[in-house]
Amino acid sequence: MGKPMQVARHWRHFREKYALIGGKCENGHVFFPKRPICPVCGSRNVEEYQFSGKGKVISWTIVRNPPSGFEYYRPYPLALVQLEEGPVVLAQLTDVEPDEIDFGMEVEMVTRKVREFDEDGIILYAYKFRPVLK
Amino acid sequence: MEKPVIIGVGMVPVGEHWRVSLRDMAVEALLNAMEDAGIDKVDSLYVGNMASGSFIEQENLGALIADWAGLGNIPAVKVEAACGSGGAAVQEGAKAVMSGLEDVVAVVGVEKMTDAWPSDATRYLAYAADAEWELFHGASFVALNALIMRLYMKTYGYTEEDLAHFAVNAHRNGAKNPYAMFKKEIKLETVLNSPYVADPIKLFDAAPMCDGAAAVIITSKEKAKELGVPKDRMVELAGFWRAIDTINLANREDFLTLKAARVAAEKAYKMAGVTAKDIDFFEVHDAFTVMAALSLEALGVAEKGKGAVLAKEGQIAIDGDYPIQTMGGLKARGHPVGATGVYQTVEAVLQLRGEAPEGIQVPDAEIGLTQNIGGTGSNITVNILRRV
Ligand SMILES: [Zn+2]
Repeated sequence: MGKPMQVARHWRHFREKYALIGGKCENGHVFFPKRPICPVCGSRNVEEYQFSGKGKVISWTIVRNPPSGFEYYRPYPLALVQLEEGPVVLAQLTDVEPDEIDFGMEVEMVTRKVREFDEDGIILYAYKFRPVLK
Repeated sequence: MEKPVIIGVGMVPVGEHWRVSLRDMAVEALLNAMEDAGIDKVDSLYVGNMASGSFIEQENLGALIADWAGLGNIPAVKVEAACGSGGAAVQEGAKAVMSGLEDVVAVVGVEKMTDAWPSDATRYLAYAADAEWELFHGASFVALNALIMRLYMKTYGYTEEDLAHFAVNAHRNGAKNPYAMFKKEIKLETVLNSPYVADPIKLFDAAPMCDGAAAVIITSKEKAKELGVPKDRMVELAGFWRAIDTINLANREDFLTLKAARVAAEKAYKMAGVTAKDIDFFEVHDAFTVMAALSLEALGVAEKGKGAVLAKEGQIAIDGDYPIQTMGGLKARGHPVGATGVYQTVEAVLQLRGEAPEGIQVPDAEIGLTQNIGGTGSNITVNILRRV
């Protein structure tokens, strides 16, 4: 279930998880999440990069037997979303019915609650993706 | 460099062992292997295990198992590479022998999964994924594999039925293996009518939660002769390697190539001096049906995108050109995660000694390959075994 003292662990990632900030190396490669060494060229000169939050669904599933801690939300859709800048992120989809999801569906990032803990009361928020409103 | 040999194997039947503990299973498998090898002591122990700390609150398995098996004050450690721990432990044992530092090495793979609640077990398995960027978002291990399966079907035009053939084949073989968890044949409809766990993966596309332990004894040819092991009881570990890929599936360049398996297989083939065509049977890591297809492609048995065709056409059966999962695979024998790679090794040894159960012995098997996946393809071991 994870231990109660999770504040620091999650706080560390709030820029990435609330704002979808990733990394960009000196040679222009962008990636998510940010890491100290560019996974494309190996450059160690990496700075923060703000993604637009727009992307499309390239694969998805409906989680019916979730890991403990997520039972309350079941069933929930989880997808690989390719951001318009290129990198792929894994995230839950929201504001969508399972049978509406399709390959190439255009989605945009929103901030949503991901999980609550009973013991310490932390509420985790992060990016999810919803269909782009037409 | 002189290749090591396996001179003893042991295992316990895979299942839901409510009355038996991790240490009991591990010790039983280990003593079976030592008895099979005709020895009463070993120089060191390598334990393949994925998540004993999570499942049963027990780490330090090296000390636990060596102590309870009465092995004395030897070196003993746990080797962890997620569901690929067993295959990796075999390699660490082999390397110890090849280095000349240790003469006779025991490797035991063990996992006790049924002491945990199913949703907790699902969580522990997801620890093999990236905790911050996958499990954080509620990804189960099945879900990550489901993303791959959906993409595989879409990219190459396969249906759920096409992949279900892998499960049917595994159960057909497992039905004849007394150590398998499911000794029962199934029909395509059984797979197709089973409920979704994470669409499009259904219950029968996935390996079960279970308990098990398997063990092998590894030594040099010279030492084996000294111990009086007859040549036909030796199986050479002719080639082996392992490699990693991105731990986070989303960061992978190509979701449908098991790059780590490709790299490991190329090195292992080279070390053994063989190609995919020379292999008589393959024990691949079919934790999910789609992983069997991707594995056959990564090992060079099928072209990219054609792995599922081999299942549809029956070429993966015992009498086919590329028999796989000869004792039931992960699907039917069962997948006690950290033990799986050692079960595969034991099964390959039995095949090569001609001691496989009736109906699932691959005729005149000379060379077998085992492939053990940790994570969603992030840590993959390939071992090639050959009759001496
Ligand atoms: Zn770069």
